[in-house]
Amino acid sequence: MSITYLEAIREAQAKLLRDDERVFIYGQDVGGTFGGAFKATKGLAKEFPGRVLNTPISEDAMVGTAIGAAMQGMRPIVEMQFADFSSTALNQILNNAGTHYWRTDVPVPITVRLPSGGTKGSGPFHSQSMESVYAHYPGLIVMTPATVEDAYSMLIEAVAIDDPVVYCEHKYLYYHLKAENLPTESLPTGKARIAREGRDLTIVSYSAMLHEALAVAEQLATEGFEIEVVDLRSVKPLDTNSVLASVARTGRLLCVGESFPWGGATAEIIARVTAEGFHLLDAAPQRLNAKDTPIPYHPNLWSAHRPNAKEITRRARALLRE
Amino acid sequence: MLQTAPRRKKSIASKAAPHERFLEAFRWMLLARTLEEKLVSLYRGGLITGGVYVGRGQEAVSVACGLFLQKGDIFAPLIRDQAGRSAFGEPLIDVTRTYLGSRQGPMRGRDGNIHRGRPRNNQLAMISHLGAMISVTVGALMAKRFRGEKNFVGLSCIGEGGMQTGSFHEGMNLAAVEQVPLVVVATNNHYAYSTPNEREFACHDLVDRAIGYGFEGCTVDGTDLTNCLDVIGSAVKRARAGRPPQLVVASILRLSGHGEHDDASYVTEEIKREPFARDCLKVAEQTIADLNLVDAETLREWRKDAAAQVDQAISTAQKEAAPEADEEAWYAISTRDLVDSLE
Repeated sequence: MSITYLEAIREAQAKLLRDDERVFIYGQDVGGTFGGAFKATKGLAKEFPGRVLNTPISEDAMVGTAIGAAMQGMRPIVEMQFADFSSTALNQILNNAGTHYWRTDVPVPITVRLPSGGTKGSGPFHSQSMESVYAHYPGLIVMTPATVEDAYSMLIEAVAIDDPVVYCEHKYLYYHLKAENLPTESLPTGKARIAREGRDLTIVSYSAMLHEALAVAEQLATEGFEIEVVDLRSVKPLDTNSVLASVARTGRLLCVGESFPWGGATAEIIARVTAEGFHLLDAAPQRLNAKDTPIPYHPNLWSAHRPNAKEITRRARALLRE
Repeated sequence: MLQTAPRRKKSIASKAAPHERFLEAFRWMLLARTLEEKLVSLYRGGLITGGVYVGRGQEAVSVACGLFLQKGDIFAPLIRDQAGRSAFGEPLIDVTRTYLGSRQGPMRGRDGNIHRGRPRNNQLAMISHLGAMISVTVGALMAKRFRGEKNFVGLSCIGEGGMQTGSFHEGMNLAAVEQVPLVVVATNNHYAYSTPNEREFACHDLVDRAIGYGFEGCTVDGTDLTNCLDVIGSAVKRARAGRPPQLVVASILRLSGHGEHDDASYVTEEIKREPFARDCLKVAEQTIADLNLVDAETLREWRKDAAAQVDQAISTAQKEAAPEADEEAWYAISTRDLVDSLE
């Protein structure tokens, strides 16, 4: 058996619908026979009648509806067609869901799925990575699974959590990533994973960039460098302790993320490591993000806009030389 | 003494003889007006931090919003709905604790004034971003439908200002798509803060939008309690009976500033002479006198009773401790082991 990252997301939702009558899926084109723009809900509307519902193109109202239902005891999953479009639901996610527990003592257990990140030819409005925007605001948990196993187990965990979860699933990984089986156990959310052990440099990453980092580590291993690669799994909460422990082993830190460079998850990691583990560092910590422009359409431009193995390698070498 | 949390009176309200219901509504209006006048004087005396927003002139519309809701119904009030909140069952002490910053209030000092709510009691806690609570009400109703509950409605309040947001439009459309038993009561008080109607919308009549959304729509004279009870009561009844979602557009003049910091000097003398500028409380009192529903002595007793309830709620809240920063649980999520470790 072989299962893709996308199939794992579908299977997780099927399990959730099967096991928990409070769960329903709400989003554009998720229902009927279509099963979502990426087919993450394919067949689920038929298998679970009345619980996988198409919505109008109304991101704000989709999330608002989920919030109201969650307050009344449901466990809605909202599918954004693309992460980019969640910007029109920011008010409901940030100001309504994100403040509700703090204000009223009543948590809002919604899960908002964001098909995130770039693929060739998708351009400025179908390629964004928004984890840093959501992590900036209080009251939200932000998951960024990088593996088939995490795509499955973290989505199940997201729905079980009593608080709002923004679940960033990477579109590039949908078909590229495969596993033999669905996992039977997993690390809890909030714990980073050492994806590859090393002693010369720590690369901290998450989501699709993890795989770029692993490829670079593999490449540099042929030259005798041992790169440790940390998969954050969730950017909020951010497992600072695991990152610090890794930097304690290597003395060097490179953070790689696909979102825009100003602020964000990579900057946050560096700020924390510098503040709490300055003495562990043998070189100034570095970060690598997408460029500070909208995401380009043409593959030649797109592949240079996001961090790629070549650029990660260049940065890693520079750090290793210091 | 009038009960301030009269959930058990709901069935009386909806089934009562018109005069009995009118008088019950009047007493909630009186209580709201008395409370808000007191809050204004506390604000002017520097005893309230943040803004004070009152429903002066909107009490007749608002009370009708709260009065016909029953246990299990959803109520999403906005900033000028004190009368409706009280009629729905919000205790006065919730109001005074929130305004006066008691740690025992429903918001515990974390949010103030008219943002308060008790979602566990189906009174939603509004956010300031207008229109956002329409779809939240829709979702709450869908949850009830998923669970197989029957005979419930939701009522979401909005003003003509909030009707111009994208969020409102999305929520209305979705309510009709989902065919939930929703009543939206939109009060046109003729100003969004200082902006008059002609800079807010250009349609002939806001109620015309109902048909575009797939709602049933009607208008009401928001200064006339009898009309408010009839029209809003009927809309609630229709929604409960499974008719499409209902839009009621009420016309009034806001008889205050946007908040008490605002002297409303932009409100023209001309508009103050319009029929919709009447004070609904005075109109209701006139109705009581015209129909001789209760005598002057009883009215005096009711006023005294309202003042006593308000004084009691204020003095209780004033004696209570404020929240302390070093005792606060600074967590924005309920799952403590997922709180980010950043200090």
